[in-house]
Amino acid sequence: MAVSTTVADANNAAKKMKKKKMFKSEYTLFDAVTKGGWTTKLSMVVMGFGNIAHKRVIKGLIFLLIEAAFIFYMVMIGAGALAGLPSLGDQAQVEVWNEDAGVYEYQTGDNSLLYLLYGVATIVFIVIFFCFWAEAVRSAYKAECLSKRGGHLNTFREDLRSLLNENLWKFLMFFPFAGILLFTILPLVFMIPMAFTNYSTIGDHLVLFDWVGMENFKTILGLGGSLGKEFWSVLGWTLVWAFFATFLNFFFGMILAIVIQRKDTKLKAFWRTIFVISIAVPQFVSLLIMRTMLNRNGVINNLLMDWGWIQQPLPFWEDATWARVSVIVINCWIGIPYSMLQVTGILQNIPGELTEAAKIDGANSVQVFFKITLPYVLFIMGPYIITQFTGNINNFNVIYLLSGGAPVPVGATAGKTDLLVTWLYKLTIDYQYYNLGAVIGIISFIVLSIVALITYRNTAAYKDEEGFQ
Amino acid sequence: MADVTVSQGITSIKNDPNFKKNRMAPGRVAKNVVVHAILAVLALIWLFPIFWVVLTSLRAEKGSYTYYFWPKALTFDNYVKLFTDTSSINFPRMFLNTLFIAVCSCIITTIFVLFVSYCMSRLRFRLRKPFMNLAMILGLFPGFMSMVAVYFLLKAVGLTEGGLIRLALILCYSAASGTGFYIVKGFFDTVPKSLSEAAILDGCNGMQVFTKVVLPLSKPIVVYTILTAFLAPWLDFVFVRVIVGAKSEYWTVALGLYNMLEKEYIYNWYTSWAAAAVIVSIPIALLFIFMQRNYVDGMTGAVKG
Repeated sequence: MAVSTTVADANNAAKKMKKKKMFKSEYTLFDAVTKGGWTTKLSMVVMGFGNIAHKRVIKGLIFLLIEAAFIFYMVMIGAGALAGLPSLGDQAQVEVWNEDAGVYEYQTGDNSLLYLLYGVATIVFIVIFFCFWAEAVRSAYKAECLSKRGGHLNTFREDLRSLLNENLWKFLMFFPFAGILLFTILPLVFMIPMAFTNYSTIGDHLVLFDWVGMENFKTILGLGGSLGKEFWSVLGWTLVWAFFATFLNFFFGMILAIVIQRKDTKLKAFWRTIFVISIAVPQFVSLLIMRTMLNRNGVINNLLMDWGWIQQPLPFWEDATWARVSVIVINCWIGIPYSMLQVTGILQNIPGELTEAAKIDGANSVQVFFKITLPYVLFIMGPYIITQFTGNINNFNVIYLLSGGAPVPVGATAGKTDLLVTWLYKLTIDYQYYNLGAVIGIISFIVLSIVALITYRNTAAYKDEEGFQ
Repeated sequence: MADVTVSQGITSIKNDPNFKKNRMAPGRVAKNVVVHAILAVLALIWLFPIFWVVLTSLRAEKGSYTYYFWPKALTFDNYVKLFTDTSSINFPRMFLNTLFIAVCSCIITTIFVLFVSYCMSRLRFRLRKPFMNLAMILGLFPGFMSMVAVYFLLKAVGLTEGGLIRLALILCYSAASGTGFYIVKGFFDTVPKSLSEAAILDGCNGMQVFTKVVLPLSKPIVVYTILTAFLAPWLDFVFVRVIVGAKSEYWTVALGLYNMLEKEYIYNWYTSWAAAAVIVSIPIALLFIFMQRNYVDGMTGAVKG
């Protein structure tokens, strides 16, 4: 046993080495900087020089053009933007008496948000430029080495053609990655620094704000203030919600799937279709329907009062406990058909011999469920359940469309059913506490990554992704 | 059908020495009745909201909440009103807005997702694993955190005013779609490598392997990608709400429906809201069921048998 593991480990290590080597370029940046000749050295200052010196004029000119554009940007905007980053502007908007016109005029002050935006954008541009710079230096070094050795250096036309072959990934990934960079990474990089400023309506810092260090984290995490208390109760409810929303859906969905799958159940397809219809209705529509149905004057309360089961309308959205149970129950209404569909697919794949053998050995249906069906389903659905759990922590739609976080205690920013995400939404959009919103975003990211990193990386799909090829 | 089971039952009873066990025991009958009764109750619970919204959409009486369940009179006026009364809430324009945004973002998203999935599945390069890890990490940030920043960025480049709002929405739905490659990549993983190797021997370049070999074999998952991308703008209302806000000429269906329940509209529009919900749900439900079928086909792999 021990021997075989070490052999396997050695094999894995060898594979890893091979993989590393496979992607390692012969012409690294480090080599280029230390061993490069004068053309390469000059390329470090004048990008593309090495390429032009070795008669690859177009490629060289493209590099040169990038450098010129970057320098132009830095001189015109970039340098000022970087300089403004530490202070974020300090000129407040002031009223100035205009003698000639006889009125007060507003003199526009600094807008800290723009300072932050341009500063962060400039940093991102610098990072991107550095990538191009490294590519230019490596390319110059490669040209130099190849011309020394007398090897073949790709012409521009060949370079272009390689984009459809060995460099296909560069062509395919360019636009999607640019999109991710501009619409996900840049906004995040822009948002994270806000957590360290006083950018909020508190103290009227919407136009002019400043760095405050870790103050906001102290406000949110500290138990002293009202916001701190709210945070811990919202975090607690978020975890409780995610737990119930995930596991109730999974278990009831599984039981429903098993009941429909039973040998004696008639009209299997009919039952399944009914439940699928309910998930085919767009979620925001069904959630809004549910909200109005459970309203104080809604149809559920009316029916129950008509039948004489209750005297007073039930406080579905007015009472904290009622609201919390309601969102979990309605989430079951939405989620159970999904997990039923998933589990049905898996149940059909359970090898029949397994259950047959168990029955011959005298197991009853309960034992078959706990010893065979449940472990099998859990084994396959494991990663799915984890994704569901993280998805539920961030489940904005259900909470926002159903209860909107209600009931909200007087004077509080978070309601009793608010999750971290909906609270984040309220703090930024409704209250304009942008800094606190950013802090909560960072904290929920940390909570999620703890859950995800432990689990995702251990799934078979991540470890052994080439198992099928 | 019934005859067959009966005759089978008889033969099996004849062959079985202790045939009493094979006949339905009374306990088993009772159990089946209970199971079917429970299923029927559950089915009613699941269908009740849908039934109720259809009923409300046909209700002739105005007003939001009524104190009775069955409408006093039925009418199609609520549906007619949606398409004729466009003064305060313009449903046809909301519908066309959403359609336009959905078609554009669907094209971009499909191309991006297919490109990235193919790279992640088939091509091996230095930045592949780092990119996969990056995509996973980005997925963990709450979407709203970047949403506010996206709004500021769009505002800084002037995309939040006038007709450009539509472009802003299209970009929001499609530009960062490259991170959602998991399902399609999983499908591409099942296309046998020998096929693409054979194509390369036949003189295909890398791009042709993708467009002429892998894509045609992946039809169900391509259809699935197209449909999910097309549905996204119909279902999302959070991004629209932040970016469009109160400019009602750019509302999409989801935002419009949400706003119909706001205080200023609810009295006049409640029944029409139900009608709009029905109208929007039918095509989306059909697309969804179609998509599910392709998803299931996709999950069974590219080359069968």
